[in-house]
Amino acid sequence: MRFTNPKHSLSTLDPSGESPVSLLPTTPEDMWHAHNLIAPSDLLRAHAIRKVVTTGSTGSTTSDRVHTDLTIRVQSVFFDPAASSLHVSGTVCQENQYVSLGQHHTLDLELNRPFQLWKHSGWDSVSLKMLEEAVAEDTGEAMCAVVMQEGLANICLITEFQTVVKQRVEANIPKKRAGGSASQGGMTSFYEKTLATLLRTVDFSQPRPLLLASPGFVAQDFRGYMQSEGQKRTDKKLQRMAKDAVVVHSSTGYVHSLNEVLKSPEVQATMRDKRFTGETALMDQLYDRLRKDDGRAWYGAKPVERAVKEGAVGRGGGVLLINNKFFRSLDIKTRKRFVALVDKVKEDGGEARVLSSDHESGQRLDALGGIAAILTYPIYDLDEDEVEEGGEGEESGAAAEEGAMII
Amino acid sequence: MARHQNIRNLDYEAELEEYGAFSDEEEEELSPEDQVRMREGTAQVLEALGVEAHKVPKTQIEESLWHYYWDVDKTITYLISKYIDPPKKPAKTAPPKTAPKQDAAIASASRQSFAHLFRDLPWGNIPPERQAVLIPPPQLPAGLLGGSGAPPKMSKLQQLAAARKKKAEEKSASGEVEQTQVKMTELTVNDNQASKENRPLAGVFGKRVKISETTAQGRIPLTMAEPTRPEIPQAQAPEATPSQHQEEDPIDPEPAVAPPKAQPSAFASTLFGPSSDSPKRRPREVFALPYMAISSYSPDAFGKPSPDDVVLAAQAKVATAGKKSANVHNKKGSSSADGVTNQVSQLKIDDTPLPKSRNLNVLSEFEKQKGKKTASFVVVGHVDAGKSTMMGRLLLDLNVVDQRTVDKLRKEAEKIGKTSFALAWVLDQRHEERSRGVTIDIATNRFETETTSFTILDAPGHRDFIPNMIAGASQADFAILVIDASTGAFESGLKGQTREHSLLIRSMGVSRIIVAVNKLDTVNWSQERFDEITHQVSGFLTATGFQPKNIAFVPVSGLHGDNLVRKSTDPAASWYTGKTLVEELEASEPSARALAKPLRMTISEVMRTPQSSISITGRIDAGSLQMGDALLVQPSGEKAYVKSLQVDDGEPADWAVAGQNVVLHLSNIDPIHVRVGDIVCDPAKPIQCVDTFTLKALAFDILMPMQVDVHRGRLHAAGKIEAIDAILDKVTGKVTKKKPMIVKPGTVSRVRVTLHSKVPLEAGQRVVLRSGGQTVAAGLLE
Ligand SMILES: Nc1nc2c(ncn2[C@@H]2O[C@H](COP(=O)(O)OP(=O)(O)OP(=O)(O)O)[C@@H](O)[C@H]2O)c(=O)[nH]1
Ligand SMILES: [Mg+2]
Repeated sequence: MRFTNPKHSLSTLDPSGESPVSLLPTTPEDMWHAHNLIAPSDLLRAHAIRKVVTTGSTGSTTSDRVHTDLTIRVQSVFFDPAASSLHVSGTVCQENQYVSLGQHHTLDLELNRPFQLWKHSGWDSVSLKMLEEAVAEDTGEAMCAVVMQEGLANICLITEFQTVVKQRVEANIPKKRAGGSASQGGMTSFYEKTLATLLRTVDFSQPRPLLLASPGFVAQDFRGYMQSEGQKRTDKKLQRMAKDAVVVHSSTGYVHSLNEVLKSPEVQATMRDKRFTGETALMDQLYDRLRKDDGRAWYGAKPVERAVKEGAVGRGGGVLLINNKFFRSLDIKTRKRFVALVDKVKEDGGEARVLSSDHESGQRLDALGGIAAILTYPIYDLDEDEVEEGGEGEESGAAAEEGAMII
Repeated sequence: MARHQNIRNLDYEAELEEYGAFSDEEEEELSPEDQVRMREGTAQVLEALGVEAHKVPKTQIEESLWHYYWDVDKTITYLISKYIDPPKKPAKTAPPKTAPKQDAAIASASRQSFAHLFRDLPWGNIPPERQAVLIPPPQLPAGLLGGSGAPPKMSKLQQLAAARKKKAEEKSASGEVEQTQVKMTELTVNDNQASKENRPLAGVFGKRVKISETTAQGRIPLTMAEPTRPEIPQAQAPEATPSQHQEEDPIDPEPAVAPPKAQPSAFASTLFGPSSDSPKRRPREVFALPYMAISSYSPDAFGKPSPDDVVLAAQAKVATAGKKSANVHNKKGSSSADGVTNQVSQLKIDDTPLPKSRNLNVLSEFEKQKGKKTASFVVVGHVDAGKSTMMGRLLLDLNVVDQRTVDKLRKEAEKIGKTSFALAWVLDQRHEERSRGVTIDIATNRFETETTSFTILDAPGHRDFIPNMIAGASQADFAILVIDASTGAFESGLKGQTREHSLLIRSMGVSRIIVAVNKLDTVNWSQERFDEITHQVSGFLTATGFQPKNIAFVPVSGLHGDNLVRKSTDPAASWYTGKTLVEELEASEPSARALAKPLRMTISEVMRTPQSSISITGRIDAGSLQMGDALLVQPSGEKAYVKSLQVDDGEPADWAVAGQNVVLHLSNIDPIHVRVGDIVCDPAKPIQCVDTFTLKALAFDILMPMQVDVHRGRLHAAGKIEAIDAILDKVTGKVTKKKPMIVKPGTVSRVRVTLHSKVPLEAGQRVVLRSGGQTVAAGLLE
């Protein structure tokens, strides 16, 4: 993504949001950025195709599609990660010859067509940061990862900001029977299916890093299969792909095993500079702290807000982790609250990280409620009043009935 | 065009106001190029969506095409993400499938009432205003838009032609015997319906003609079938037999090609027979009885019938056997599973026999039968402890496998330098297992002693394959824990899977454990080593929750067979005077069987056998079943019938009860609805599919809201701990802390788990939670 006018930059931006910023999405990933930038009540102007019906002299009618630019007040944003397309719906707020005020329209942002954005409540620190990321130089190709286990493969594309599951491949692998050949056939056809799907769903015309991850030997064998297929088909590109593929261990074939994949030494070595490896490390750090239960790690909006208020997330290791979905379709008040949280942490000298909910580490944070913090000093009673909730009476009654405890 | 925009964009009214001069119909018009594009686009999209197409309302396809300006790829992606995503396994999507179909059928049926109004008009030339007036707005949600549907100017002839072509292609594509059977059985049904004078023609055309006659003669048994429908479980009704179901798939996309705005004109009907959509749909509704197809599946009569056989037999059946069987059914007492059967046969629609059911009282049969007791045990332990070798040796010494086989394996093993694994190869039969010398999946085997018939479940020890080990342990009455006594190995095992496996089997409800201290030959049968291991292991097993009286220790050498079947003859081992491993096994009582509970069985294997194209194996967890029973497969919610079954070592049987390992040969179900890990249950008391549950869990590791894999036997699913409700007292179960941030290992807590997809789970079941390749908790569903 870049500014349509090359003279524009972050520094020339009007922080009140009253004058528009004009942006040009150039890569599919930019749609994801736009998704983060465009919020309800903002104004968006972009190219639109509108159907117009006219009456001819004979009374017959024709319907034409006209190209026009429309400005709408945003009501909802729908992002389709698989297609990298963004649909923004709202009401027309600038009349022209084809539309009248207040009509509903859905703008579909298109690659290489500029759009203009007026931020309703101005550019706050979080949206500025998002814009900065959006216009930053693209750091490279998306990495492809196939996370698999016997009979299951998830084909994912990992970009700087999101993990997109391109396709899930499932196969029923006959279990062992005397002779054992059946299962071998089952695995081969599973590999065949996976490879075909991989080549169909991911574009390998430019070489891109390929990770194969699985428990046991599945990934390794799959790579072997790719290799021998490459030879059989005398397909140089496939042979190359197989040769360059990195085989990593993961404990399952589910997508969330990507966490293990991303922190494996093999990946760290090749993708050190990628943002998501840093985020994975931060999440690990958080989990380690939580495990220690030393009062220095907290999750959930309430305790984290308290800790920030007390200035416990500041200089010397304080980290606030917050998912970007918190800043997406929120009402302005809530958004401001979280922006204030981010600002306070920065002010205190701590690190505030907005993670992408569309990434595996963001998903992990999501499990914790989307927000967590590592504190510079321990606080023990941040969750105090939550303990108070609810009545004990009903609980003890039920327990008495159950008698002997499980396990 | 406006109509679908109307649905999406609420400004339609506004637009109308703005361009007030234009009437509804004029709005509908697409330019001719657009029509062509729309038609092509729709066809392409439907083709790309394949079987999933039915999930997407046609309006949406057109809408999206318009929206994406005819970009088919984008449209497809959008539709998939909107309607078909998150990509579910086909089996799971089955239940919703039925509803729209029914709707559509109803809608099209009601639409027929207007058809006669068009009879007098030259086809394809219906004034649009008449259509617009006649299509009642409430039909919109059915997904098939009436007169003003998108390609309004597509001639009906074109539509019909397209539909027929498409159908013909699909039909010819699937030339399988099953397909033929399907058709044939359908003919059988029709023979019951319409008189026999119309000899059925095979293939599409023939069927259509017949159906038209059925319709014309007013012999639509819809009224008859209707009352039974409430008796048949909901999901079942519209597509009760897989045969019919199979047929539906190809037909399904069809209405989308030919929008069923109204009945074809009389001219079209004369030319092509009745319309391609509604009448053809109706028969599926009409014959929604699960029993029609079974005659040709009857196991003894047709092991694998040729299509010709099927025709002849089906005709013969209808003439003779049908009546008889109906009577038989009427007389029979009603075992619960046959409730539906009786209902149907009372209505005299079901003239074809079910898989022979003897309507036994299985439980009393079981009590009558005085055989050996049966028991299953799982063999667990750290990787390379010698589990498979020990079982191979056991089978050899018990003469279940002969020396010649083992010699042959040894020769093969030698070739790849794995001689020491020859005995393990008796169980490790997969190519990957042999070449790597590691067990990957459970191997089952059987042997009998004088008192008991045992099933061995040889589990893999490697941590990567713990999901498979869990599957094995969930089928076991008791366990053999194999421990490598050789220097260093015991210690590393204790840190590794010796511990994890023990925790797992305990938390899955196995209470009896026999510890086989193995490879004592490598330490010269040192009693000291044995005692040391016994001491440590019993300490930690009791801490895990095993009662001391349920733990036994046997010093063995799996490789050489000492103390397995025979007492060791090695003088160095003479200090041991206790029982052999087999004696310990015989002294173990299998756990109580939940015989009287509703049927539950987890599918551990799906395969194709000579008896059926879909046979499943597994251990019956609870309840009982017999030949001819109807079963419900969850989560697909599809019904199947037990054509025949085998118990334990492959003996054909009429019935089976909880605790037995069975092979069930199924009929009347499509293989896509049956997967490993699915649960087979009693249709009258089915297990529910859930995607969220609470669990009383014992933590093995720190718990907090996090991503976990949920395991229950073969079933496993990805999900997350959504919330930790409370920490509970281990003994009293009282809440000691509400909403804790984390749960420490060794504590019991109540956690809420959500899953990405619905899976069959119910209260009282034990599940294991794993994360990052480690078992983090196990517990009981509440
Ligand atoms: N010396 C000696 N070696 C043994 C004994 N039992 C097994 N072994 C050896 O231990 C190795 C591993 O044996 P397996 O039977 O494959 O071990 P496993 O426990 O089944 O391994 P996994 O299934 O992969 O976990 C083989 O090389 C065996 O020959 C024994 O009693 N004595
Ligand atoms: Mg083994």
